[in-house]
Amino acid sequence: MSGFNALFYKEILRFWKVAFQTVLAPVISAMLYLMIFSHVLKGRVQVFPGVSYTDFLIPGLVMMSALQNAFANSSSSLIQSKITGNIIFILLSPLSYFQLFAAYMAAAMVRGLVVGLGILVVTLWFVDLRILHPFWLVTYTFLSTGIFAALGIIAGIWAEKFDQMAAFQNFIIMPLTFLSGVFYSIHSLPPFWLIASHLNPVFYMTDGFRYGFFGQSDVAPNISFLVVAGCFVAISAFTLLMLKRGYKLRY
Amino acid sequence: MTPALRVRGLRKKFRTTLALDGVSLDIGPGEFFGLLGPNGAGKTTLISVIAGLVRADEGEAQVMGQDVRQNYRDARRALGVVPQELVFDPFFTVRETLRLQSGYFGIRNNDAWIGEIMERLDLAQHAAKNMRALSGGMKRRVLVAQALVHKPPVIVLDEPTAGVDVGLRQALWEFIKDLNRQGHTILLTTHYLEEAESLCNRIAMMKAGRIVALDSTQNLLAGSSEHRACLQLEGGTPSQDISLSPSPEGGWEFSFHDYSELEQLLARLRQADIKVKELQLLEADLETVFKDIMNRS
Repeated sequence: MSGFNALFYKEILRFWKVAFQTVLAPVISAMLYLMIFSHVLKGRVQVFPGVSYTDFLIPGLVMMSALQNAFANSSSSLIQSKITGNIIFILLSPLSYFQLFAAYMAAAMVRGLVVGLGILVVTLWFVDLRILHPFWLVTYTFLSTGIFAALGIIAGIWAEKFDQMAAFQNFIIMPLTFLSGVFYSIHSLPPFWLIASHLNPVFYMTDGFRYGFFGQSDVAPNISFLVVAGCFVAISAFTLLMLKRGYKLRY
Repeated sequence: MTPALRVRGLRKKFRTTLALDGVSLDIGPGEFFGLLGPNGAGKTTLISVIAGLVRADEGEAQVMGQDVRQNYRDARRALGVVPQELVFDPFFTVRETLRLQSGYFGIRNNDAWIGEIMERLDLAQHAAKNMRALSGGMKRRVLVAQALVHKPPVIVLDEPTAGVDVGLRQALWEFIKDLNRQGHTILLTTHYLEEAESLCNRIAMMKAGRIVALDSTQNLLAGSSEHRACLQLEGGTPSQDISLSPSPEGGWEFSFHDYSELEQLLARLRQADIKVKELQLLEADLETVFKDIMNRS
C-alpha cells in the first residue's frame, strides 16, 4: 500500500463506518427539500422553458449536497484529528504534503459523489431526468467537489476549535451554497441580487452542472467552466502551500 | 560512523519561552540513551524537532544522516516515536490502526510483523477491539506498536511508562531491551530515574532548554560530588547546629561533599556525648546526581 492509498483508504473507512450520518442523512435532507419545495412551488414558478420546477430543483440539490458533504468530510476529519491529537500519526509518517493533499481531497470528493449519486438515484423514482451533456456534468462534478474538499482542508487546518469550524461552515459554506441558484433561476432576482449572485463562484458550479442535464443555463457553460476551473486551481494551490509550509500543523 | 541522531545548535522559541537554547548532541547507533530533566526543560521540544513536528528557529537535526527538513521522508522512515500523550483514532480497531500506520510508511503485507509486535506487547487478544474499548495501559501498548510497524532503526520513547502498571512496564522494557540488543538505537525520556539508571548507557540532562550534563551513566554516578551517610545514634538527640536530618528509614542522614566534613561531624557528636552505634555510607544513585546537577546549574 502506498502512503497515499493508506490515507485515502482510512479517510473512506472513516466516513463509511458512520454512513448513516455521513451519507444517508444528507440524502434524506435533500429529499425533504425536494418534497417541500416542489409541492409548494410546482406550477407556480417557470424557470427554464420546457423544464418543470421539480426537474430544475434536482440537479441543484444534488450539487449543493455533494459540495457540503465534500467540505464536511475533509474539514471534520482534520479538526477531529487535531483536537484528539491523533494527527500526530500522519505527521510522523513520511507522507509528502502532496500525498496528504491528494488523499484528503480524493476521499472528500468520493463522499460528495456518493451523497450526490444517492440523491440522484432516489429522485429517479419521482422524475424522468435526462442527461444531455455528460461531459459537462462530470467536469463540473469533479471540479466543484474538488474545490469544496480543498476548502474543507483549509478550514480543518485553520480552525483550532469546533466553534471556529462551525463559523466557517455556517457563515461561509452555507450561504455560498444556498444562494447559488439551487432553488431558483437568478434571472428571477432583483438587480442587486442578480449582480451579487454573479460574484458567488458556487453559482457557476450549480449552473454549469444543471447545463449538463438540460442543455440550458443562466450563463454559458464555457464561461462557468473558466470561473470554476480558475477557482479549483487557485484554491488547490493555496491548500498545497499551506500544507507545504506546515501552517498550524508543524510549529 | 554516521550517528543515529545528530542535533547541532538547536534553538526554538515559542512566543516568549525559549524552549531550546543551543542544543547539540550526537547519539551513536545502538546506544540506549536517556534524556532527563524537569518538566519544561525542553525534552519534548527536542524530540519534536527530531520528529519533524516542530521546526527549529536555528540549527539542524539528522536521523541516520538524513536532515529532518531537507530529507524529511527518509528521516521519518528511520524514526519511530512513541508520543507522550495517550492519543488514538476512535474510528478503528487495534489491527486496523496498525495496518493503516504501516500503510502510511508505504509498507504492504505487514501482517506477520504486526502479529509479532502484538504478541510481544500482549495485544493479540485485543486485535479486533475498537481503540475506545481499551484501557489506558492497552492504549499505551498500541502507541508503542504503532511506532514500531516500520522497524525503525531509531526509536524515541517520550515518557512511555507514565501511568503504566508494573507488569506492562517490565514487559515493555524487556521488549525495548531486545530491540536495543538487535541494534536499534533508543532515545528515552522518563521521570523514573531508576529506570533510566538501569537501562541507559548514556544520559543527557536538560534544564531550561540547555544540556547541563552529558556522560555515560557510570561516569555520572561516579562523579557525583555529594555523598550520604546514614547513622544510628545512642545517648541523646543531636542539637540543631549539627546538620543531621531524620532519615526516612529511621536514624539520621548526613549529606557531605568532602570526607573531612564527616570527620568533623563525628568529633562534634563525641563532644555532645552522642555515641555512633552504626554508620553506613550510601552509594550515589541517579536521583542524587540529578538533584545535585539541577541545583548546581
